[in-house]
Amino acid sequence: MSLVQSLALTLPELILTVGAVTLLMVVAFVGDQATKAVSWAAVALLAVASLALLGPAGHGGAAFDGLYRADSFAAFAKLLIYIAAGTTLIVAPDFFARNGNVRGEYPVLILLSAVGMGMMVSAGDLLTLYVGLELQSLAAYVLASFMRRDTRSAEAGLKYFVLGALASGILLYGISLLYGFTGTTAFEGVAAGFADGLSMGEMFGLVFVMAGLAFKISAVPFHMWTPDVYEGAPTPVTAFFASAPKVAAMALMTRVAVEGMGGATDAWRQIVIFAALASTILGGVAAIGQTNIKRLLAYSSINNVGFVLFGLAAGTQEGVAAVMTYLAVYVAMTVGSFICVLQMRDTDGQPVETIASLSGLSRTRPGLAAALAIFMFSLAGIPPLLGFWAKFLVFDALVAVGLWPLAMIGIATSVIGAFYYLKIVKTMYFDDPAPAYAPMESKVEGGLIAISALFVSPLGYLAIPALGAASMAAARALF
Amino acid sequence: MTGFPILTVMIALPVVAAIACLFMSAQGARWTALLTTFALLAAGILLWLGFDPAGAQWQYVERVDLFGRFSWALGIDGIALMLIVLSVFLMPICIGASWEAIEKRVPEYMAAFLLMESLMIGVFAAQDLFLFYIFFEAGLIPMYLIIGIWGGADRIYASYKFFLYTLLGSVLMLVAMLWMAREAGTTDIPTLMAHDFPVQAQTWLFLAFFASFAVKMPMWPVHTWLPDAHVQAPTAGSVILAGVLLKMGGYGFIRFSLPMFPQASAELFWLVMGLSMVAVVYTSLVALVQSDMKKLIAYSSVAHMAFVTIGLFAFNRQGLEGAMLVMLSHGLVSGALFLCVGVIYDRLHTREIARYGGLSDNMPKYALFFMLFTMASVGLPGTSGFVGEFLSLVGGYKANSLVAFVATTGIILGAAYMLYLYARVCYGKLDKPDVAAMPDLSKRELALLAPIAIAVLWMGVYPESFLKPIRRDIGVVVARLEQTGFQGDAHVTAGKPSAIPAAAAHEGAHH
Repeated sequence: MSLVQSLALTLPELILTVGAVTLLMVVAFVGDQATKAVSWAAVALLAVASLALLGPAGHGGAAFDGLYRADSFAAFAKLLIYIAAGTTLIVAPDFFARNGNVRGEYPVLILLSAVGMGMMVSAGDLLTLYVGLELQSLAAYVLASFMRRDTRSAEAGLKYFVLGALASGILLYGISLLYGFTGTTAFEGVAAGFADGLSMGEMFGLVFVMAGLAFKISAVPFHMWTPDVYEGAPTPVTAFFASAPKVAAMALMTRVAVEGMGGATDAWRQIVIFAALASTILGGVAAIGQTNIKRLLAYSSINNVGFVLFGLAAGTQEGVAAVMTYLAVYVAMTVGSFICVLQMRDTDGQPVETIASLSGLSRTRPGLAAALAIFMFSLAGIPPLLGFWAKFLVFDALVAVGLWPLAMIGIATSVIGAFYYLKIVKTMYFDDPAPAYAPMESKVEGGLIAISALFVSPLGYLAIPALGAASMAAARALF
Repeated sequence: MTGFPILTVMIALPVVAAIACLFMSAQGARWTALLTTFALLAAGILLWLGFDPAGAQWQYVERVDLFGRFSWALGIDGIALMLIVLSVFLMPICIGASWEAIEKRVPEYMAAFLLMESLMIGVFAAQDLFLFYIFFEAGLIPMYLIIGIWGGADRIYASYKFFLYTLLGSVLMLVAMLWMAREAGTTDIPTLMAHDFPVQAQTWLFLAFFASFAVKMPMWPVHTWLPDAHVQAPTAGSVILAGVLLKMGGYGFIRFSLPMFPQASAELFWLVMGLSMVAVVYTSLVALVQSDMKKLIAYSSVAHMAFVTIGLFAFNRQGLEGAMLVMLSHGLVSGALFLCVGVIYDRLHTREIARYGGLSDNMPKYALFFMLFTMASVGLPGTSGFVGEFLSLVGGYKANSLVAFVATTGIILGAAYMLYLYARVCYGKLDKPDVAAMPDLSKRELALLAPIAIAVLWMGVYPESFLKPIRRDIGVVVARLEQTGFQGDAHVTAGKPSAIPAAAAHEGAHH
């Protein structure tokens, strides 16, 4: 395959890279007053990159001698990533304007992070994987501490950076072990090396790689950074962290597990099952005592990652399809919840983050309360909301491979999680009203909340055939 | 049948009305809800009239493959029909009962009730395994809100308990359903009802379904959510909870557990019967010492539901038909009893039995209705309670005489706690001034209680109207159960025909 052909397959990344650099120049010369325009330009770039997925970049196969994969799996994940990144871009400028932190670099960093995430989900080689991961992470460290004068934000950035570096080290160590024992960094080569049984060194490599990736998806026991970073980072950034990078890392983990380590399913399944159970249980139990809504949503994301991992634990095409559907629904629920959190500000426009301030929201802001209630019930997986369908598919995949005892335990842990989602609904609907929030300023944010709420409402069930077919096509690319 | 999709309309109409209610004033929402529930009552009567007991087993069938993995499949047999009719019959009464009692956040309240109605019809009409599950579970959300927003002092604890208890039971059922759909290769309930699952798997599947239905029913010892939920829920919430939601458990047994896992049902006969016997005696005794009226009726519900499980697991026609009738009768009677409690609660704002007394003096109409429903709850012949309990016990006797013996003591205890309640509330001296000042039933309250009273007497005097639609469908379930070879200990055999001519025998009766 010629260089030109290979470049054509990486068209979305090219668009975003060139666009990000151009926008950086614009910001450098025009200054921060261009932020709003640059944000919308970045959203437009993400839209163009999504359109590019329709071309060869969506299903063209391997590029650069297998370093990069442009298949439907990557295309599905990228679409989710671009949508999540675009949405968190749209809601950011108003938030930073209220805090006096308007800086034109924000959209540029998001774009660069999106490039990294695109590389992650398209990786066909452990080194592409690492480069993509680091590009994404470096942008994310800066984003976490974007409000420089806010100590919590700075702390979040530092914590994220130190622990992220540790995880990268673990991951790299695993990669080096795999390279040492199989003689290659290509996923196919690693899979071929695993085919003749798992040597001790390969086993260590596998464990370290999985541990490094588990950090990125914040699965228990590598989750400790999540609540602190989610709480400290500016809310739009938290919305971004909870959605796009989660999708990217989860898709990456799926690809590594299935394509790179398909021969050692039994070995990594144990790790995945442990992480899944630990995440759903700890994510459920630890969330109960939280008083800060962002911390609570952080535990909720840990909890949800656990359920996604159940799908991966099945290790089948159906399981992978369930993972993809779950991620799609998860992005809508999470981004929707965080945009609701963005509306939580007192009459001075200062953000409020306590759960207690949600008291009686159903009387002061019925629409917002209804939307947040929909997201909470959906995150808890209560039918007829779409979050139930996501859990349904995951457990269906487990039952299909005979892991029904695990499905039983897993689904029972979802009841623990339901408790704290109910707590939010209780606060909004059963308690006496607290002082009302400032009225919604942006019609766009209202619209985004409405769209995501409608998607996870029962109407979203009409999207099941299309979503199911797309997920299945994505999963087929890995098998 | 490819005619008018009446079931879809019955499910969709309340949802549309519920959304409309949210944008209305309190009075507008009340009227919208009332008119919608009346429209659904009319549709329910049309269903009943149009249902042909000799026709196809499943009628009003609709099927659209909307969701890929499962479909929008609706259809009813006689069993589902009767439960749908019960639901749409109780709904306008619930709205009427909340007309004045609910003052805050009326639009949301009416919306929650309409949503509830839609989901109840959906549960009974669903012909697809997963569609059923979705309706079954979704009912938790509006009920959680009804208890939590409009409930009593301890409403939050009660709403959590209700939600989490039932959720934990149901999720296990979901895993079993996933397994069944894989094993049988279909999610179609009628097909699954005829599918023979491997005997070994049946036990596990049965237990998973049991976890859900036993909680919903509720059976001892997982009944503890019910008294809490009932006591805290507003009157109409209690009516719908006792009247219809509890029936979902019984419906689940008769639709899923018995026909789909017959062997396991027979194997676990003593598990169910044992729990039911404990429930009949224990919860009746507990009811006897209650000082809160709603709690007393809630415990009596648990005892009555045990008659349902005894009838169901007798595995014979009398038992199953009796179980259905107990469900219908209990739906009416317990609903009416909660309304009766609501009537005096609205006047004195306490459910403490000791605060009342002598009501038959100043509220004679009320005392009359309360007496009728008390008698129906006790199972006096001529009321609906008698027919169902009698049939259940006959069925239970055929299956096992010990079970029948223990269950019958429940009737005596039932008479004890209900009559004791009635005596403390309505008889005695009218010596409390605030009680004496209570006015008798208003026209609205009369209009709520009278239809139930008529239905209770109708079912007691001419139960054939209610047995006719379900007879064939009960037969189908009984036929499925025959393969288990379950033999009761009664060994009832037909007697030898007497040599005396019929005329002589007739005379002989007058000796």
